[in-house]
Amino acid sequence: MNPASNTIAVAMSGGVDSSAVAGLLHRQGSPVVGLTMQLWNQRRLPELAGDGPVAHRCCSLDDVYDARRVAEHCGFPYYVVNFERQFEAAVVRPFVENYLAGRTPIPCAECNTSVKFDELLTTARQIGAERLATGHYARIRWNEATGRWELWRARDAAKDQSYFLFGLTQDQLSRSVFPLGEMTKAEVRQAARELRLPVAEKPESQEICFVPSGDYSRFIHAYLQEQGRAVERGDGEIVNTEGEVVGAHTGVEKFTVGQRRGLGVAAAEPVYVVRIEPDARRLVVGSNTDLLRDSCEVGGVNWIAFERLESPVRAHVKIRHRHEPAAATVQPLASSCGDAQPAAFVRFDEPQRAITPGQAAVFYDGDRVLGGGWIR
Amino acid sequence: MQPVYLDYNSTTPVAPEVLDAMLPYFTREPGNASSIHSFGQRARAAVERAREHVAALIRARPAEVVFTSGGTESDNLAILGIVNASPAQRKHVISTQIEHHAVLNTCQALERDGVDVTYVPVSGQGIVDPDDVRRALRPETLLITVMHANNELGTLQPVEEIGRIAAEADVFFHADAVQSAGKLPLDVEALGVDLLSLSAHKVRGPKGVGALYVRKGARLRPLLHGGHHERDRRPGTENVPGIVGLGRAAELAAANLPADAARVASLRDTLECEITARVPHARVNCAGAPRTPNTSNITFPFAEGEALVIALDLKGVACSTGAACSAGAVEPSHVLTAIGLPADEARASLRFSLGHDTTGAEIDYALSVIPGAVEHLRELSPLYHK
Repeated sequence: MNPASNTIAVAMSGGVDSSAVAGLLHRQGSPVVGLTMQLWNQRRLPELAGDGPVAHRCCSLDDVYDARRVAEHCGFPYYVVNFERQFEAAVVRPFVENYLAGRTPIPCAECNTSVKFDELLTTARQIGAERLATGHYARIRWNEATGRWELWRARDAAKDQSYFLFGLTQDQLSRSVFPLGEMTKAEVRQAARELRLPVAEKPESQEICFVPSGDYSRFIHAYLQEQGRAVERGDGEIVNTEGEVVGAHTGVEKFTVGQRRGLGVAAAEPVYVVRIEPDARRLVVGSNTDLLRDSCEVGGVNWIAFERLESPVRAHVKIRHRHEPAAATVQPLASSCGDAQPAAFVRFDEPQRAITPGQAAVFYDGDRVLGGGWIR
Repeated sequence: MQPVYLDYNSTTPVAPEVLDAMLPYFTREPGNASSIHSFGQRARAAVERAREHVAALIRARPAEVVFTSGGTESDNLAILGIVNASPAQRKHVISTQIEHHAVLNTCQALERDGVDVTYVPVSGQGIVDPDDVRRALRPETLLITVMHANNELGTLQPVEEIGRIAAEADVFFHADAVQSAGKLPLDVEALGVDLLSLSAHKVRGPKGVGALYVRKGARLRPLLHGGHHERDRRPGTENVPGIVGLGRAAELAAANLPADAARVASLRDTLECEITARVPHARVNCAGAPRTPNTSNITFPFAEGEALVIALDLKGVACSTGAACSAGAVEPSHVLTAIGLPADEARASLRFSLGHDTTGAEIDYALSVIPGAVEHLRELSPLYHK
């Protein structure tokens, strides 16, 4: 049908991983089109411009420059596509709202589901590429028995990014290619060197791409101000688990469950944020043991390995990026009315520390992702 | 099929005659036009010959032509030069909502310095109403700046009428003619302009050189400080090869103009007729307005312009969304917004611009590719239902 249907679009960030993907696919002889998403205009909040190094950050001109150099070096077509509008609506605004609501969001997972494997994949298909390759460390497999596309952890466990990809639908998985899933980071860098990619020695970037310094509290304030929204008084009291006032804070959005730093509460034992009550602008603090919970509810669940969860299933559940998945029983939960996506209830075998609303809970069966959702 | 270039409003290939004329001035003729020796004299002679050709293209006197680094500098020099030369306390400038960013952002810089600027709207056909300009006049108005041909739409502004209004009001009048020079006959007397901007690379000349016509007697404050070049209006060693290229390009444009314009207009009309016939809902913007012969702006509802430009490029047809300078910007084109297109339609609009080297075979090829590309995009658009 479409003569160009074996063309693969590669989402290029200008970093070594996605550059290696493009270089490797190109070397294999696949027709490659490089695409870089312009997601955020760093000039928008100039008061943050002095924060940290802006180079090597998503959407900095340097990164577009690097991606373009890789494309030029290999000799495949390359374009920058602008998704600033979509990114703001699907990622930035919810990010800010989540923090204000006392949750700790993961914008990268949201961006994958709503922008990269949605808007960008659509653009890729519109320009004649039926598949989209990215530099994610994860694996996609077709399960003949179930007739479903499955998501698996990467071979390089230290680099595995399946946690951020739990929201991908069957259609999205069927059109995605993760060439790095079978490679270690060292092998990827070696491949980049062999391909003589100009970014082969480029350092890693870890921060949230649109928050140049990692200081998301300042970002939130600058963004609200830009939107002409009154920055409400954010300060409030810090109470202990008995409800006694033990201190004061300057804004709930500066805290996350399990956080110890910045509380300024004097106590014999270390104290941590155990709960955030945004409406009362109150932080509840307690000891490390107060942070332990043996269950949580998960909403907006996307099941990958099967269509829907009918009965309780045993799984290892990962509740944040740097969390060792813990054994648990996951059972279906009646969705609240109007909520199209299913919900689940997770009961851990052992209590887990700092189960944080807004983070993702991803359900694993060994290396296979069963599905995942957002911790309520 | 070689890739088809339909983005002449963005820039044009240098004509072989222009390149030939320039080449000696990179090597055999290295002179600085200000030098006393014979090398310098030959460079000076070449610069002055070029000035005559540029002057002839717009029916000006050679002494009224100032060479610059291009259209942007010409616009800046005209606007800032006039406004900054005035000792007045209160200053007012009249411009339009569809100017190129070289004019628009210069006006905005003036506003930050306390100058009032009125941006006159345009009709749905992309044309300024001269009466709006007249009504915007104030006692403190110093300058009217209105583009001759719009870069995105090709629409021609009623410059002659505005020129008369400016003359009656004794106000300076600048026209950005970057997109009309070489495409339409220009006569600074008939247009009634005091200042007129030109760019070489839009008329088959090299990038990085342009000219500003400055009517005799109009006092400008230079943007740059330096030597006494260009009659104290633009310091800096003359870009001799570039200026020679501009001169030759102006000469060629003048010679080819009527034939080129007719041929290109006919190709453009074919492109528009066939696209609107073959692509459902496709609509030519400002088709009823007087336009430059080479420019076509077409809205393809339910297609994302950016993706369409990429899809077409991959199939060997180069065109653009709006102005190249705003490509990558989030905001829909200010020009398309000014003619009343809603944001989604502005984003669904493409500009095809033809030129001297465009052939009928190229237009046929473009027509063989565009309808399918639009259809494919729409099939994947969540907004489109047949």
